[in-house]
Amino acid sequence: MSSNTVKNQRSLGNMAKSVIRKQIFIPIAALFLLVLFNLIADPSFFQISYQPNSEGFNVLSGNIISIIDRASELVILAIGMTLVTSASGGQDISVGATIAIAGSVVLRVLCGSNTRPETLQAPIIVAFLVCAVVSMIFGAFNGVLVSWFKIQPMVATLILFTAGRSIAAWINNNELPVISDPKFAYYGNFIPGIPVPTPVFISILCMIAIALALKFTNLRLYCQSVGINPNSSRLNGINPQMIKFISFVILGLCVAVAGFIKVSRLSTINYSVVAKDIEMDAILAVALGGNALGGGKFNMTASIIGAYVIQFLTTTLYKYDVNSEAISAYKAVVVIILVVLSAPIVREKLGEFKKKIIPSKAVSKEAV
Amino acid sequence: MKKFLRTLIAGTLALSMALGVAACAAKKQAEDNGLIKVGIINNDPNESGYRTANDRDMKATFTEANGYEASFFYSLKNEDQIAAAQQFVQDEVDYLLISAAGTSGWDSVLQDAKDAGIKVILFDRTIDADESLYEASIVSDMAQEGQTAVDWLASQNLSEYNIIHIQGVMGSSAQIGRSGALQDMADANDNWNIVKQQTAEWNAETAQQIVQSVIDAGTEFNVIYAENDDMARGAVQALDAANISHGVGGDVIIMGFDCNSWALEELVAGNWNYDGQCNPFQASYIDNIIKNGATQKVVIMEERGFDAATITADDVTNFGI
Repeated sequence: MSSNTVKNQRSLGNMAKSVIRKQIFIPIAALFLLVLFNLIADPSFFQISYQPNSEGFNVLSGNIISIIDRASELVILAIGMTLVTSASGGQDISVGATIAIAGSVVLRVLCGSNTRPETLQAPIIVAFLVCAVVSMIFGAFNGVLVSWFKIQPMVATLILFTAGRSIAAWINNNELPVISDPKFAYYGNFIPGIPVPTPVFISILCMIAIALALKFTNLRLYCQSVGINPNSSRLNGINPQMIKFISFVILGLCVAVAGFIKVSRLSTINYSVVAKDIEMDAILAVALGGNALGGGKFNMTASIIGAYVIQFLTTTLYKYDVNSEAISAYKAVVVIILVVLSAPIVREKLGEFKKKIIPSKAVSKEAV
Repeated sequence: MKKFLRTLIAGTLALSMALGVAACAAKKQAEDNGLIKVGIINNDPNESGYRTANDRDMKATFTEANGYEASFFYSLKNEDQIAAAQQFVQDEVDYLLISAAGTSGWDSVLQDAKDAGIKVILFDRTIDADESLYEASIVSDMAQEGQTAVDWLASQNLSEYNIIHIQGVMGSSAQIGRSGALQDMADANDNWNIVKQQTAEWNAETAQQIVQSVIDAGTEFNVIYAENDDMARGAVQALDAANISHGVGGDVIIMGFDCNSWALEELVAGNWNYDGQCNPFQASYIDNIIKNGATQKVVIMEERGFDAATITADDVTNFGI
């Protein structure tokens, strides 16, 4: 494949074709369509302003900033979800509920037994570390069920999907703590003097971390080989159980970061609605990225762009007064179109169709 | 091996039956201690702050000190609740208190209860069943909550109302009631405009995004009508990020519902303008009906709206949930 790619780059026409055949083309095309739609419908969508906020320092605002900001949690989850999908061939549907747990743990550590503390009871970093450990334990719980007990990931994670929000409420004795210290809100909003929302930096950090992990460790190779064929990877000296387990633990860490941002945005939590349905968006991001949901090969960049596409779509729908009753239907229609178009079988058929119409180009395509 | 298993199963069954008989005997004894037996079927207390307050209130009222022996059952699923009601009927409770998760499917179990001489009192939620099957139902009038809020807003005498209307989960009784009054008012008056109407599904963060999108679009607005406190909180965060003043003396009027303690504190601080009560304290009404008899089928609870200009610290402790 890689040698072919190099060959293709010799001619410009072939290069364009190879781009279209690439997995990453689908989410980028979807993003491009949304941008185009907004450009035609109302170019002011892309306006960015630089104005003071209520604390008196200038911040960037506008739809584009909102999208990049709001997509942060989803991007972080999509990273973990891609690994889980690749290695286990299934999805974790408990991420929304475990975000509630992670958020609840953060508040519990910061508030202690008092639900309305004047001062924080522990340093924020300690709260985050505790929350990371707890989330990774819950991730490990899912991982053990999937890898050693060989339960279907969706069924295994159904347990926490059902129980997670009750566990989250129980951690804080059913109270809804509110943190008044402005420092805690920095992580979900703005750090004074910095005009870009903090979650953007956090998501970029996560992207760099996963890029380094994929580049300098065997994580990608191992996940993909376990996802494609666990038996042959075992014969090649990879422990499939361990790899699946690790992918769930990494997702647990992603959940901790996302949960931390979520509670920081509002300085409080509502167990029943925090990060509601985010698991579906995270799975969708992976699917939009053109990754096979049955496991195996994956493209992390495509998943991440997929996450931004979903947030772009959400923000667009909010902008254009879509009827409250119909908003999920609109989203569903767009999602169906995108997912069907990105399905490998449809792309193959489209390719064949194109070959029939333009036979001259078929020659060069066959060369690829 | 098979034989052993069979013996084991038979043994377990026999043992559980014996235990069951013992449990029944224990229950019969409890009946004779003069306490009123109530079976309380409620929604999951984690569902919302409202439910948590409601459950706490129930537990505080139906105590042995007040002459009750209460058993609780929680579920968000209607069928589980009905099964639990069936169980309570078999246990021969004196009163069955139900906050139903769904409106249908209750007829047969309520008929059984009636035949067994058990009195049924509905609280918080009504059901589709014949009125003769229950003693009374104690409910909030969501439409009235909305009307109270809209009346308050009208009394502010703004020359023009440009309202961001943030709705709850579509189709829920709270959403229908609280949306209805505002919608009627906006339809009837030319100076009442709903500049944005969108559901945030009770979610603070979604509300924040919706208000953000209105600000980004440059639309003028001077009222935020959020159908619960969480969503009002999210909306206010979006205003803060854009340096738009709100609350008493601010550019934007903030309205919420449910009277969470923290929300009432926002009122006291002048950051919000109005919070409408959704009364979760039905226990005293029920207590009254059990001890003095029901005077009417449908009891609508008194519900107030709090204005930032008149709210007191006592209100926060008395009405905050």
